[in-house]
Amino acid sequence: MALQLLAAPSDPSLLDLPWDVPLEQWPADQLVPLPRGISRHVVRFVRLGGNVYAVKEVGEQIAMREYGLLRQLERRDLPAVEAVGVLSGRVDAHGEPLDAALVTRHLQFSLPYRALFSSTLRHETAVRLLDALAALLVRMHTAGFYWGDCSFSNTLFRRDAGAFAAYLVDAETGELHGTLSDGQRNYDLDLARTNIAGELLDLEAGGLLHESIDPVETSDRVLERYCSLWDELLGAETFETGERFRIDQRIRRLNDLGFDVAELTIVTDIDGRSVRLEPKVVDAGHHSRRLLRLTGLDVEENQARRLLNDLDAYRAAKDIQNEDEEIVAHRWVTESFEPVVRAVPKALRGKLEPAEIFHEVLEHRWFLSERAGRDVGLMPATRSYVEDVLTHKPDEEAVLGSRIGTPTVEAEPYSLQDESSA
Amino acid sequence: MATVTFDKATRLFPGSEKPAVDKLDIEIGDGEFLVLVGPSGCGKSTSLRMLAGLEDVNEGRILIGERDVTNLAPKDRDIAMVFQNYALYPHMTVAENMGFALKIAGEPKEKIRERVVEAAKILDLEQFLERKPKALSGGQRQRVAMGRAIVRSPQVFLMDEPLSNLDAKLRVQTRSQIAALQRRLGVTTVYVTHDQIEAMTMGDRVAVLKDGILQQVDTPRRMYDHPDNVFVAGFIGSPAMNLLKLDAEGGTLHFGGATMPIPRETAEHADKAGRKITVGVRPEDMDLVGEGQGLQTVVNLVEELGADAYVYGTAEVDGQPHDIIARVDGRKPPAKGEQVSLAPKQGHLHLFSTTSGERLPT
Repeated sequence: MALQLLAAPSDPSLLDLPWDVPLEQWPADQLVPLPRGISRHVVRFVRLGGNVYAVKEVGEQIAMREYGLLRQLERRDLPAVEAVGVLSGRVDAHGEPLDAALVTRHLQFSLPYRALFSSTLRHETAVRLLDALAALLVRMHTAGFYWGDCSFSNTLFRRDAGAFAAYLVDAETGELHGTLSDGQRNYDLDLARTNIAGELLDLEAGGLLHESIDPVETSDRVLERYCSLWDELLGAETFETGERFRIDQRIRRLNDLGFDVAELTIVTDIDGRSVRLEPKVVDAGHHSRRLLRLTGLDVEENQARRLLNDLDAYRAAKDIQNEDEEIVAHRWVTESFEPVVRAVPKALRGKLEPAEIFHEVLEHRWFLSERAGRDVGLMPATRSYVEDVLTHKPDEEAVLGSRIGTPTVEAEPYSLQDESSA
Repeated sequence: MATVTFDKATRLFPGSEKPAVDKLDIEIGDGEFLVLVGPSGCGKSTSLRMLAGLEDVNEGRILIGERDVTNLAPKDRDIAMVFQNYALYPHMTVAENMGFALKIAGEPKEKIRERVVEAAKILDLEQFLERKPKALSGGQRQRVAMGRAIVRSPQVFLMDEPLSNLDAKLRVQTRSQIAALQRRLGVTTVYVTHDQIEAMTMGDRVAVLKDGILQQVDTPRRMYDHPDNVFVAGFIGSPAMNLLKLDAEGGTLHFGGATMPIPRETAEHADKAGRKITVGVRPEDMDLVGEGQGLQTVVNLVEELGADAYVYGTAEVDGQPHDIIARVDGRKPPAKGEQVSLAPKQGHLHLFSTTSGERLPT
């Protein structure tokens, strides 16, 4: 059978990769040494014309299924890696068949958990990672997606205004349903908890986990966070009819968590004394969608909120409250956001993505202004940030194995099939 | 260990009018290996998920032992889904890899150790307990992954197409390993597959489903020798049973030139169904007979397997061409293009109603 590429419109140079060689024997000059999670399959990263791709070797049916599922997640705007294509009909130099390969686009500026844990190692960081993962699970579950193998290894993290945003990178065991049963959610949570505890115990066994982090307690937190987030999102709430302001309060709380309220069921009981409030359908991304609409900037939720706050402050400072929102946003981009991003020397642009840099400049400006007792201004703050802060940060555009984060004990995370499949 | 009972368990998906699983009634014995098999969409996976607690049960009940688990959360059912996740952790020893789920569950150290050693004995992994996964062979790693499920000593193992990911050779090997392991452990096991060979070689009993309805549950032998209906007859066995709609008049069945008597009850049924009857003959139960003494068949292909040969041919039944498969003596097979006459061996006939598909007395 001829080599076949099922693909989204993408990079045709994908076909030039050495598909007649088993993935684990690909020459090092083709590969990008990004740290890998623990995987059942052989996974490698390759660079092609400015893009980094993850290649996973797996049976054709499974590859096709996962490809289809990732495309569906993408269409629903859920945070998952972008599926690029499936290579099937592979044969080696002797004509022996090789497994198919699923190609996904590597998330720029994303960080695998092993990198995060071994570079920062702080309890707070672990907690923020778990919060991000719990939020991801909630979001997936509200969309009817059963993961089947939620773990740190199957997730990538991007910085999001000081917190993290989590992305699904492995949908092999996933299933998309209309809605999930409680049993499916519970079991998915149970798997997540077991996987996370296992991964942390593994880091502990390798001497890579800070002693302040207890693997089992930490994994339990995912459960707790998930449950409180789920209740906040979907739980029913009853209050006295006189307290109608609480409807507004609830919506604001949901927005603060990064979710939108599509529909609210409000039921007043027979004697009219209490109101039951139940948010029906919710989806995340309120702020990032608003920012995208206003400015064309496509950034994470917390970053978007931060940028929107600055946009509001800009509007107040310039006294243009009555101006059309789109026009103000355009002025803000050209007068605030872009100058800051442009002020970062080219050599330092791989450190952090633009929205995160802007967020950090705003933080830095606040810090400097407080110390000076007056507003120091955006551009002076930017110059100070670049010189004193950004220069000393590691590159995060594509986390190189030797730069931050790979485990010091074992630089190559090990895969079950690394040797057995040879 | 425990029995598992599906008591008229029904699953109706929202927005669907036909149940995915319709009043499923199966009693699975303590320690039994039951295989659910059927074509895609037959409800086998849904049935397993109902038992696992992943799918709601709309009507009926599911019991594990005497306990009604219909509305329990998956983790409270004392079941283990095997092969759901078999990633091994590189820094942890074999013993730690096998036992960490118990640690999460808060089990005391001594108990974890005891369970791990016990499981390692069963899996022939005792001498590797202190090693890291990297130092193990592929097969040993698979066994460590199985050990993760075994140490939890659940009442029931659930396996959903666990071999679909493996290549043909490893599939056969792992198939026998799982079956042997299950027998050593004696834990009640429900196994789902679409592959009838897998079902027949692994299960103590096999349950065949179609369109959400249980067709038959029986031992592999009984299922093969005594299919309850046309669907089971055609589904179980490879190559498949020959199924032909033939004439039956006055208590006599006409198989081409051959005639054979049929019981009165069957004959009466045939009379009511336009004097037709569905006749099933397994390929190995076909005999080459003299010209005019059976069904005239043109040989299209002969597959020689040494001792035996499979003859793939075409016969004309009621003016329509019909595929026929026969297993014949490998030393003197007919040639491609030859005309042969085929008739069933005596006592190896299966008869079914042409209207309901149900088995009729032979």
